[in-house]
Amino acid sequence: MVLNNLPVSGPWGERHLLGLERLSAEQLTTVLDLAEHYDRATLGGTQRLDVLKGVVVANLFFENSTRTRTSFSLAARRLGADTVDFTASSSSLSKGETFIDTALTIEAMGVDMVVCRHRTPGAPHLLARHLKASVLNAGDGTHEHPTQGLLDIYTIRKARGRISGLTVALVGDIRHSRVARSNIHGLVKLGARVIVCGPATLIPSDITRMGVEIAYSLDDILPEVDCVNLLRVQFERQRGAFFPSIPEYANLFGMNGDRIRRGKSDLLVLAPGPINRGVELTPDVADGPHSLILNQVTNGLLVRMACLTLLTQERRRLQGGEA
Amino acid sequence: MSRKLIRGGRVIDPANGIDAIADVWIQDGRIDAITSVREESDADIDWRDTEIINASGKIVCPGFIDTHVSLREPGYEEDESTATGTAAALAGGFTTIAAQSDTCPVVDNRSAAEFIRLQAERARNCRVYPLGAVTKESKGEELAEIGQLVQGGAIGFSDAKSPVANSEVMRRALEYTRMFNRPILHFAMVPELSEGGVIHEGFQATRLGLRGIPAAAQDIMTGRDIALAELTGGRVHLMCVTTADSVERIRRAQAAGIAVTADVTPHHLLLTDEVMDSFDTMYKCNPPLRSAEHVQALIAGLKDGTLSAITADHQPLAFEKKQVELDIAPFGICGIETLLAVCVKALIEPGHLTWSELISRLTVGPAAVLGLKYGTLSTGQPADVAIIDPDEQWTVKASEFRSRSRNTPFDGKVFTGRVIMTLVDGEIRYQKGV
Repeated sequence: MVLNNLPVSGPWGERHLLGLERLSAEQLTTVLDLAEHYDRATLGGTQRLDVLKGVVVANLFFENSTRTRTSFSLAARRLGADTVDFTASSSSLSKGETFIDTALTIEAMGVDMVVCRHRTPGAPHLLARHLKASVLNAGDGTHEHPTQGLLDIYTIRKARGRISGLTVALVGDIRHSRVARSNIHGLVKLGARVIVCGPATLIPSDITRMGVEIAYSLDDILPEVDCVNLLRVQFERQRGAFFPSIPEYANLFGMNGDRIRRGKSDLLVLAPGPINRGVELTPDVADGPHSLILNQVTNGLLVRMACLTLLTQERRRLQGGEA
Repeated sequence: MSRKLIRGGRVIDPANGIDAIADVWIQDGRIDAITSVREESDADIDWRDTEIINASGKIVCPGFIDTHVSLREPGYEEDESTATGTAAALAGGFTTIAAQSDTCPVVDNRSAAEFIRLQAERARNCRVYPLGAVTKESKGEELAEIGQLVQGGAIGFSDAKSPVANSEVMRRALEYTRMFNRPILHFAMVPELSEGGVIHEGFQATRLGLRGIPAAAQDIMTGRDIALAELTGGRVHLMCVTTADSVERIRRAQAAGIAVTADVTPHHLLLTDEVMDSFDTMYKCNPPLRSAEHVQALIAGLKDGTLSAITADHQPLAFEKKQVELDIAPFGICGIETLLAVCVKALIEPGHLTWSELISRLTVGPAAVLGLKYGTLSTGQPADVAIIDPDEQWTVKASEFRSRSRNTPFDGKVFTGRVIMTLVDGEIRYQKGV
């Protein structure tokens, strides 16, 4: 099997991918290196491989998502796996089948890996305790979104060749952002300086214990920053008003042409999307030369291919594997 | 005529300052005498018809009293019934409990209170006193029929976990209950600050992306309740205190002579919010498990008597209710059967409290809150007794609970110290393994 002869090998040993918090710098590098290999081997994700032939990947999405689900499906199919999609707008809130029952039902169809998106933090962890399949967290509420964190980091590394020593600003709604948490865990471990910047209502003060700095003025930090990651304002997760108005938010924390000019000449602009044009960033920035937004989408495919591969490899190893 | 002798145990009766190896004599369901240890060769004693319970190496103390236990009947029989809840209480060493008003329908009228008493009489386990609701349907809007609830046997008033958020309503309630000399057991929490919260607001909440319930949500309401108790002269008992600042506010209020008492649960004394990274719904309780500095303050408050009672805050919940995502899982721990063991681990083993202090918070303290005469081994008192093996190592098996529910975070955990026998009115109502 191709799987046993991966050109890139490093420490992994994880049955599930629930978050970046529990991964070491070495494990993170293993994923990034494998993604880089797939970048070359598939000509940027366009060629098919059969590394995961016979593997069945179920996408269990309990929260709306088109982009992430499509990316995971495509990543699995690019590697020769079969995919099944299960989408439910609500879960055990309504009477009837519980979330766990649903997952067990899907698993009973012979599923090897479950990609789970859920609005509740810890939902994939619950699945991991109940399922024999590997569980890959595709976003659990406001907790983590490990593959998004990995693809952001991969995008920065590809542009700069390194993570260590760079200063990355995560801008916006930190409180409600799973992307922020995964970015923080990954970037800090790989040696970046991370600044979280946004309205004080959206930055929990004890977040500094995660190894980041807090800034309330984007303009103050801009000259020091190598990369800004503009987090989407999570209107749907907010309970009440956390800032007075969208124009005020855009005025204080939005990325616009003027701010681009005051930043470093090689400033990288990332946004996990879907972007609110005119809120987190203006269209000229989104479509301008500093923007890596579309690269992120492509890289997402590569990173997810790498994660699916590593989890399958570990699963086979635990099962006694093929010679 | 029936006579029992509980022989040779370490008798701890905090109300009377007793902590000594002694015999406890029970005559016709009442405490007859506490004497030095007698041998059967002692000819001065008429040994005929005396049932002897050997308590050598054991602790013999008054049966425990819980200020608020959720029995779930009527309305939530899938979680618990009066019969199973009181059987669980006995297994935990409790001989008297106040039944929380959060049934369906709510205990906000006389007949509802009488039903609780009737079911308790039928169950014939421990003593049960109903708590009446403070407000109709516990909605916090209009006063319940407090006078008639008293006639129906209500020992105190509580809207359970629903705070009486409206200060004017709480003021009237405190004034009105004063007429009957009954306390209001209040869950001090500002609803706007706690709404949607799952765990303690702090680093763990930030790290795990879970919505927090800030300590201030409890502190603010504690401060308000104290101010209203002072204003009205009413008696307020704060349930499930979990924060350092609340403890300090209560301490100062008590020093100023304001009629405020408070209780704390064993799980808030043993566990911190660190456990939440398991995302395990069994740890989800209200108020949430706090951080270590709050736990230290709770222990200090318990030690100096600011917190005069320990409650299991028994919240039984049917299995499937906790088998869901963390945010929609209901709050609560089924805790009355593990209370003593958890207290031993949290308080006795680290040396924070002596056995006498611990037993005081389970007997004298809650008895004073509820205005009950129980909780002592004084001569002439009903013989409500708990016998504890302080050295027994045991593994909690939720499947063996007498409670109908199993929602405990302690399943499979090993503890030292266990209730082995409980007597009510001198009758053995619980015996381990029987």
